[in-house]
Amino acid sequence: MKNVKRWLALGMAAMMTAGVLAGCGSTSTDTANDSSESTAAETTEAADAAESTEASEGEAATSAGAGSVYYLNFKPEQDEQWQDLAKAYTEETGVPVTVVTAASGNYETTLMSEMGKSGAPTLFQVNGPVGLANWKDYCYDLSGSAIYGELTSEDFALKDGDAVAGIAYVIESYGLICNKTLLEEAGYSIDDIKSFADLKKVAEDITSRSSELGFAAFTSAGMDGSSDWRFKTHLANLPIYFEYKEDGIGSTPAIKGTYLDAYRNIWDLYVNNSTCSGKDLAAKTGDDSRNEFLNKEAVFFQNGSWEYGNLVGDGKFTDDDLAMIPIYIGVGDEANQGLCTGTENYWCVNKDASADDIQATLDFMYWCVTSDKGTTSMSDEMGFVIPFKNAKESPNLFVKQDSAYTAEGKTPVSWNFTTMPSEEWKNGVGSALTAYAADETDANWDAVVSAFVDGWATEYELANQQ
Amino acid sequence: MEKAIKKHAVIFILPTLAAFIIGFIVPFVEGLYLSFCKFTTVGNATWVGLANYRAAITDTSFQRAFGFTVLFAVVSILSINILAFALAVLLTQKLRGTNIFRTVFFMPNLIGGIVLGYIWQILINCVMTIIEQPLLALNATAGYWGLIILMGWQQIGYMMIIYIAGLQNVPDSLIEAAEIDGANRLQTLFKIKIPMVMSSVTICIFLTLTNSFKLFDQNLALTGGDPNHMTDMMALNIYNTFYARSGMQWKGYGQAKAVIFCALVIFISLFQLRATRSREVQQ
Repeated sequence: MKNVKRWLALGMAAMMTAGVLAGCGSTSTDTANDSSESTAAETTEAADAAESTEASEGEAATSAGAGSVYYLNFKPEQDEQWQDLAKAYTEETGVPVTVVTAASGNYETTLMSEMGKSGAPTLFQVNGPVGLANWKDYCYDLSGSAIYGELTSEDFALKDGDAVAGIAYVIESYGLICNKTLLEEAGYSIDDIKSFADLKKVAEDITSRSSELGFAAFTSAGMDGSSDWRFKTHLANLPIYFEYKEDGIGSTPAIKGTYLDAYRNIWDLYVNNSTCSGKDLAAKTGDDSRNEFLNKEAVFFQNGSWEYGNLVGDGKFTDDDLAMIPIYIGVGDEANQGLCTGTENYWCVNKDASADDIQATLDFMYWCVTSDKGTTSMSDEMGFVIPFKNAKESPNLFVKQDSAYTAEGKTPVSWNFTTMPSEEWKNGVGSALTAYAADETDANWDAVVSAFVDGWATEYELANQQ
Repeated sequence: MEKAIKKHAVIFILPTLAAFIIGFIVPFVEGLYLSFCKFTTVGNATWVGLANYRAAITDTSFQRAFGFTVLFAVVSILSINILAFALAVLLTQKLRGTNIFRTVFFMPNLIGGIVLGYIWQILINCVMTIIEQPLLALNATAGYWGLIILMGWQQIGYMMIIYIAGLQNVPDSLIEAAEIDGANRLQTLFKIKIPMVMSSVTICIFLTLTNSFKLFDQNLALTGGDPNHMTDMMALNIYNTFYARSGMQWKGYGQAKAVIFCALVIFISLFQLRATRSREVQQ
């Protein structure tokens, strides 16, 4: 009897132990499998595969057999469409595609933990040169890949030295979204706005008559975290763009701030002709701003082509109500200034994945941007403009306008904010802008300039120190 | 029988021990190792020695965050414990509806830090607009007091429960004896009740101390460190070092800061435990 009890106890204890271990079992067995797959032999194979991709370009879509794709998606708005597209691809080719979407604002943290695991994402994205600095050791050189050959312009490749580390998969534009109907009520049309001086005149006129008209010129330039990127990053791009252009450079360790006065002018215009007082901007959110625009409380709303889906639809606006005009800051050749067009979404392939997975991933990317199903989904359902030869035209009004502006011979303003030295720099500028908006004194503006110019040098040094 | 249990003790503690090792010891040691490395993900670390610690210690933002945290901890420990104890004393009197009050005071503790942070942000910003002061994002003083109020609101109820339990354990005979000896209520409180609940005081101070130092959610949601990192506490500073920076070296710095932070919290709380324990009385 005693023995029976003893064995029973032992058995129970063993079961409990097994239970505990089973909890972590799935991951630990995974580790074992995957790490055996990605041993040294595989790494050399991966290198070979890099050379052989060019040869296999033609039959790329069919050659994939053993590999699988794990895409860590950056854009939560398009999660559903990516899931559908992945399913369609799996049905068509039999290659399993997993799409995981990181929660908004958590991409970097999610990527970091996912990359540390076995079974890491084979396809991920970085937001430009600064983001690449973190991840360049993981980027597979795409220079020989089929998808690289599909790009409409070399400019859409993100290079690390000679290697192609990333490939842009969506091009976006931003500017001043305007409510044409309200603008007409105020007695203007978008053709009246061709420069900063025009914009200022119109905005200030609307402000002076705002009680009579019942709306303001600009939606609130909210400096809450959900909205401040529109100003500390997107608006700040303009003075940087013009400075780079004047100096003929593409990035710099130290910004001079040549056009910061223009930055101040446009910021003053936003703050002083807004739906609310500058003091309240610190707490205004992105939703506040959008809702003001939707409720016809303001004519202008600085945002990008990605907002299209939020603005047009049932009970909202139609294409006829809206237009996007360039953000004029009174610098450069305003008559030929286009929208701010560029990308901060680059696809990168994880070079530490197994050769099969890399090949499967390359095939998937190629399929997405060349096949009918892929391009249709990306343009119609996700609303992207993709910089590839087979791209379909997007139904997005703002995107169409961007092409129209370019066709008229206007030069799009490029996205230089991807060269901003760090997130910290943006936060510093944002903080100073908020303080300035609450109290528009020269001293507060000096703080913005200091955060912009001195902050750049400091942050650049901090980010690039060894 | 007892001998048999002793013999098989290892088997019985194995499940928990295994969980503890996998869930705590291994990550801790790995974290310690990473603090001496430069890395992007835990898999590709390269050893850099003490460079991370050098950078962490000389980082002025970390020092400032430390200062702010200490300032916050002192005020919040005092205010939370004094108020919680006062409430506990009040709610152990023979009043009607004490149980309802206890529940009500305890409830804020059940709401998550992030949610509370945002709710209080809206409330405080609203008040700031009415009294025409700069909003939270521009107002470090308001951010500081906001944090104190928020933490007080959240934790007083919890500490109150612990104090109530302590107070209820004070033997009636002692209080009666004091009364017979002619002690008034204040004297009973200071000479009998407080010394008798010193063990609760130890626990409560320990909890508030570690909570104040480790505070993250509320800090992130209420002020996010605004304006310009003036209201960054240590945990938020570490988080920002880790995630808001680009460049591989920052991960190592963040990790080193985290190790320093951990050691600091352990050291301070051990010191506090020793200090308050010595005042506890045996019943």
